[in-house]
Amino acid sequence: MDLFDMILQGLIWALEILAIVVPVALGVAYTTYAERRVIGWMQVRQGCNRVGPFGLLQPLADGLKLFLKETIIPTTANKFLFVAAPVMALMPALLAFAVVPFGETTLFGLWETAHVMSIANLNVGVLYVMAISSLSIYGILMAGWASNSKYALIGAIRSTSQMISYEISMGLSIVCVLILAGSLGLSDIVYAQQGGLGHWYFIPLFPMFIVFFIAGAAETNRSPFDLPEGEAELVAGFFVEYSGMWFATFSLAEYAAMILVSLMTSILFLGGWYPPFEFLDFIPGTVWLLAKTSFLIFVFIWFRATFPRYRYDQLMRLGWKVFLPWTLAWIAVIGICTYAGELSDSLSFLSDGIGFYQPWR
Amino acid sequence: MLETGFFYLFGGLAIFAALGVILSANTMHSVMWLILCFFNASGLFFLLDAEFLGIVLILIYVGAVMVLFMFVVMMLEVNQAAKREGWLRYLPIGGMIALILFGELVAASVSGLFGSETMAMASHMGAEVNNTVEIGKILYTEYLLGFEIAAIILLVALVGAIVLTLRERKDAKYQNISHQVNVRKEDRLTKVGM
Repeated sequence: MDLFDMILQGLIWALEILAIVVPVALGVAYTTYAERRVIGWMQVRQGCNRVGPFGLLQPLADGLKLFLKETIIPTTANKFLFVAAPVMALMPALLAFAVVPFGETTLFGLWETAHVMSIANLNVGVLYVMAISSLSIYGILMAGWASNSKYALIGAIRSTSQMISYEISMGLSIVCVLILAGSLGLSDIVYAQQGGLGHWYFIPLFPMFIVFFIAGAAETNRSPFDLPEGEAELVAGFFVEYSGMWFATFSLAEYAAMILVSLMTSILFLGGWYPPFEFLDFIPGTVWLLAKTSFLIFVFIWFRATFPRYRYDQLMRLGWKVFLPWTLAWIAVIGICTYAGELSDSLSFLSDGIGFYQPWR
Repeated sequence: MLETGFFYLFGGLAIFAALGVILSANTMHSVMWLILCFFNASGLFFLLDAEFLGIVLILIYVGAVMVLFMFVVMMLEVNQAAKREGWLRYLPIGGMIALILFGELVAASVSGLFGSETMAMASHMGAEVNNTVEIGKILYTEYLLGFEIAAIILLVALVGAIVLTLRERKDAKYQNISHQVNVRKEDRLTKVGM
């Protein structure tokens, strides 16, 4: 490989990264807009409609305002960690997008075979997403600790215990998907769901679909699990001392994580880029994936407009006493069904039924 | 060549971070250095094509174990001055342990047992060899017994930790959700004759 090839390769990588990061940033901006409009609609009021047509320029105005605001660092704060914390929160949220397959493309007929549209088609993609998204705890913990404020510290501690609790049921609900798909690669999981609505994994794994989505809401500190920033008792929780651009970085991370959870739910349970019916094939796969993701983001916003915040003991009860037994039981159900046919012939209808979803058999 | 460069990058950063762990005065900073050290160790696994081990190292050590470390360290109030005094008192025994360990490491590395001609060298397999699948195959066939024993030991530790720490407080109020949901109108309302 000579120097020119290396530079070219580097440019292609940079372009690939930009092609993910810029839409994610724009998506975050317009998710905040959609959130305000949708909640406004649900509460029978207008929402933002002043800046530009239908208020469409509002996110840009907000971004500009936050950018121009002064960043205040408390005198007793640990300066280095205080500044590093928002970056640590944003980094994992963006890094995880590296393995998300956005669809298949032949680049307008340029390639012979269809390639998966992801920066890295890792064969341990699911584990990568789990590992990277578990790192977002550090941003919150560091923000809470470095602020040297009681409210921020309590918010950080709440957030950490909440994320640890829900990560377990989230991981175990993914195990069910892995048993069915027989692969850790995200694109392989999507391929396993090919063939229309009946093949999607939310049908055999319906409880896991619900558990994954709700645990995702808890992982991203979304309402009704937004105890870390419970404004009634903690002012704003872990980012109470932050202002201006650093504050905006935290909300950027939160919304990017929300988009990621919606994408992962679509890929793991809702057939990824495949249309629900075969005759709808003429619409590109990426459109389907983004449509499913948008719907799930809408559901997140819907949650926020509908449910009151959980109390802390209720949150822990839901994570440990409801979700964890359900996921463990469902792993057992799927596992036993898979190998029931080998135990006796009278049970083979179970393994035949589950085998419909298992392309590796 | 690129691979060797990355090896020295990850290895050097890992050593640098490990030095940071023991040399930084602030325990919180030590934890952050340890996290960086784990990241570089996982980078070394990636260089060996062991992406499963690399990811699991991040998932378990960085994502779970270090969070609990940080959680505990954050709660501690460490007296910096008290930590510094008396280091001369512990120097002989600490230095002795360090010297013995150093001697052992040097002896092991010059003994020739770990030379490049005796160790199996990892060569890069093709993309069709999936090391997650290979690990799964060998773990659940050849090493099944050991795997199951490890799982049972972990389960015992888990149950033990719960048994040791579970205390039901008499004065605390617990919410019984099924009790609340199953309540009928007759349980709460009584008709009072006026």
